[in-house]
Formats: sequence, structure tokens, C-alpha cells
Amino acid sequence: MPTLELTVNGTQRTVEVRNRTLLVEMLREHLGLTGTHVGCDTSQCGACVVLVDGVSVKSCTMLAVQAEGAAVTTIEGLANGAGLHPMQEAFREHHGLQCGFCTPGMVMSAVDLANRNPDPSEHEVREWLEGNLCRCTGYHNIVKAVQAGARAMGGAS
Amino acid sequence: MEDFQYHAPGSVDAAVSLLRDAEDGKVVAGGMSLLPLMKLGLAAPGGLVSLGKVSGLDGIADRGSEIEVGALCTHAQVAAAEIVRERIPALAAMAEGIGDAQVRNRGTIGGSVAHNDPAADYPAACLALGATIATDRREIAADDFFLGMFFTALEEDEVITAVRFPVPTRAGWAKFPNPASKYAVAGVMAADGPAGVRVAVTGASGDGVFRVAEMEAALASSFEPASVAGVSVSAEAMLSDDAAGPEYRAHLVTVMAKRAVEEA
Ligand SMILES: Cc1cc2nc3c(=O)[nH]c(=O)nc-3n(C[C@H](O)[C@H](O)[C@H](O)COP(=O)(O)OP(=O)(O)OC[C@H]3O[C@@H](n4cnc5c(N)ncnc54)[C@H](O)[C@@H]3O)c2cc1C
Ligand code: FES
Ligand code: FES
Repeated sequence: MPTLELTVNGTQRTVEVRNRTLLVEMLREHLGLTGTHVGCDTSQCGACVVLVDGVSVKSCTMLAVQAEGAAVTTIEGLANGAGLHPMQEAFREHHGLQCGFCTPGMVMSAVDLANRNPDPSEHEVREWLEGNLCRCTGYHNIVKAVQAGARAMGGAS
Repeated sequence: MEDFQYHAPGSVDAAVSLLRDAEDGKVVAGGMSLLPLMKLGLAAPGGLVSLGKVSGLDGIADRGSEIEVGALCTHAQVAAAEIVRERIPALAAMAEGIGDAQVRNRGTIGGSVAHNDPAADYPAACLALGATIATDRREIAADDFFLGMFFTALEEDEVITAVRFPVPTRAGWAKFPNPASKYAVAGVMAADGPAGVRVAVTGASGDGVFRVAEMEAALASSFEPASVAGVSVSAEAMLSDDAAGPEYRAHLVTVMAKRAVEEA
């Protein structure tokens, strides 16, 4: 079995996987990082979004072996100790979640947007979240949360 | 998903020879078309040769009369590149409209062109602009490259290295996306450039991307929306799915052609 070296949430990890192991399977099943969710079979829902070398990707549509040598950040890697990350805090503050299933992917996708655009308009947020589906909220508060979170991040995370 | 051999060579030559040696080998670039198929069991290659570690395939260069886009350039890179936005804004707009942000962060031009999905956007841009597809062994004109749904002129072990787009005088892109998948129900690029006046349509036909000669002739005499507004395409060869039946799709082709010319 291939042995993979990569950085996950700032820690160097060595993981044994199969070639066919998806990045999300490695995160959830091999490393126990179950904050990253799987919501579909068709690469459409965005529940699985993580950052790979700072860029948001669908971890259900990437092989673990494709992440060899990369730095992966999951929802578990955002908070600094007990305090929430500004984007998480904004989702809490603005009620950007109901059941919470879509939330990890939403937050990771939003962090990528905020890194590119520290003050996104409502339209820009809605366009960017095209690949993140939510069955509960109707998106309104998610959009507000992302705008506030991006401003709170001040263009850096 | 069945397991498979996996290789991540550092050069195009090594990738080609690994493909040759592999049993039922396939290239993987961004994986945004291939991995969904493998997850559904619709593809089961024996060996995957990743281009992820091959360097030199992810640049975008201004070659004067042409813009050269490396095969590994992601849709996000093409959409954001200053030279593309300045010199072929229709191409940047097309890349910006593919799927969603995460698909654009991984999916590549080489993969899109090689896959030739009948609803993919790049094939229409390549055909309308008269692009050239460069591989490890030859150069193929877009006209000779797209041979039908999921079918191209590529050999089994051939690797795309770049796509070169002649800079047009004007070009416009319009797409009616499927609301769920974002793939084109009908997408049209209309261009007036070195390759002449061309109208290429994706998403609509079961045979993949195609040109509309009657629209091209009308635009050649007068490049304005009204020229294509009265030209309809036959519903006969149109795809039919949940999003649109053949008549509606044929209608959309004309509407999108008009908008593409407006955008140009
Ligand atoms: C949810 C979703 C929405 C999408 N929406 C759209 C859309 O609106 N419009 C659109 O156009 N596309 C859409 N796509 C497809 C996307 O654009 C793909 O990224 C693209 O079609 C394939 O590029 P890739 O690099 O991911 O290729 P891969 O999936 O890695 O490969 C695809 C095929 O191309 C071959 N290949 C890859 N690179 C090369 C190369 N350099 N040389 C030779 N062969 C190669 C592979 O062997 C494979 O057969 C969508 C995908 C998803 C998952
Ligand atoms: S699980 Fe739905 S996009 Fe990844
Ligand atoms: S909060 Fe339930 S799916 Fe988004």
C-alpha cells in the first residue's frame, strides 16, 4: 500500500492508503477527522470542501495520493485553540446554519473566497457558493455570515 | 471504486511511456471528470498516470497572434489571467462560467478538451476560435480534434501539452446552464478572427460540439445579433434530458447565439 506524506492541519502525517482512497476517506476514516462531510456521489454538494495548499477543493473528487506533499486544512484546523476562527464565529453570530451538515464545506469554501476577496458583495458570495448546497437555510444567513466573516478576517487567515 | 496502479511522473515523456506500459492506462489531471466516472463505476482504468507533478504545463503565454494555455492550467487560472481577460475576454468568461469554484480550482483545460463531454464548454471555445491542440507528438487543429461525444483524435497514449488560441477581433460567449450541474444545456461561442467567422455550439447535440454554417454566413455579412436571430437549428439531432427536450434545446441555441454576438 502506498505510504503518503502530507501536512494535515499543520501537522506532518504519514498515512497508509490505497491508490483508490479518496482524500475525504483518508481524512475521515484514516485520520478520524469527521468534520469533513460527504453529501453526494456526484461531486455537486460541497459538503466535503477542504483547502489543499490554501485552495478550496472537493475532497470527494480528489485521490489521497494526489495530495502527496500538500498541506491540507480541514474544518478542524481552522480554530486557534478554544476560540473560533472569524469565519466560524460569523456563521454562529449570523445564524448561518441550521442542521449544520453543509457548514464545514461552506466555511472552508468561504475562507478561500475571503483570502481572494476581503470584502465580497452579496452577488460575489452567491456566485462563489454555487458548489455548496444547503437544504435547510435558504442561504440568506449564510451569505450574510460569509460577508461578515470575510471582513473580520481582514483579508488574511 | 476498483483499485488501480498510480504513477506521478515528472515529465511528459515519462507519462507517455507509463501510459504505453500500463494495462488500460489513463491520464488524470484535475480528476473532475474522470473521478466522478470512476466513483460511479462508469470508468475503471487499470493504471492512472497523474500529470500533477509534471512541471511546465501550467503557464499562460502571449505568443503575439496567439495565446498559449498549458494543458494543466485550471479553469480558475484561465478565468483570472490578465492576458486572457484582455485579449480574449470571451475565453475568460467561458472559463469563469464552468461548474463551480471548486471545479474551477481543480479542472484543467487539457482534461476538458480530452474528455470532450458533449456539454463541456472548452470544445466550443476551441472550435469557434480555431484553436490548435498541441500534444507530445503533434499539433491538431480543433476542426480535426473533436470527433463526437467523448471522442477525440487523441491516441490512447497521447498527452495534450497546450492549447493555442488565435486572438480574435471579437468573440462572445453565452451559456444556458443546467441549474443542477452547471454544464451547458446550450452554450455558444461566436467569433470573428483569424479562422474566419465561426459559431460553435456545445451542450445541445448528442454528437458533441458543432458549428452552424448558416449563422456563420449571416454573421460574415453583418456581425450583429439580428443576423442570427432568425436562424434556427434542427431539433432532430438535439439531446433530450430532464433540463430540456430537443425543441427547447434547438430554440436555446438561437437565443444563446444571439446573446453571444451581443457579448462580442
Ligand atoms: C459538478 C461539476 C460541474 C461541472 N460543470 C462543468 C461545466 O459547466 N462546464 C464544463 O465544461 N465542464 C464542467 N465540469 C467538468 C470539468 O470542467 C472538468 O474539470 C473537465 O472536464 C476535465 O478536466 P480535468 O483536468 O478535471 O480532467 P480529468 O478528470 O483528470 O480527465 C478527464 C479526461 O481527460 C483525460 N486527460 C486529462 N488531461 C489530459 C491531457 N493533458 N492529455 C490527454 N488526456 C488528458 C483523462 O485521461 C480523462 O479521460 C464539471 C464537473 C463537475 C464535477
Ligand atoms: S460530497 Fe458532495 S461534492 Fe463532495
Ligand atoms: S444547515 Fe442543513 S444543509 Fe445547510
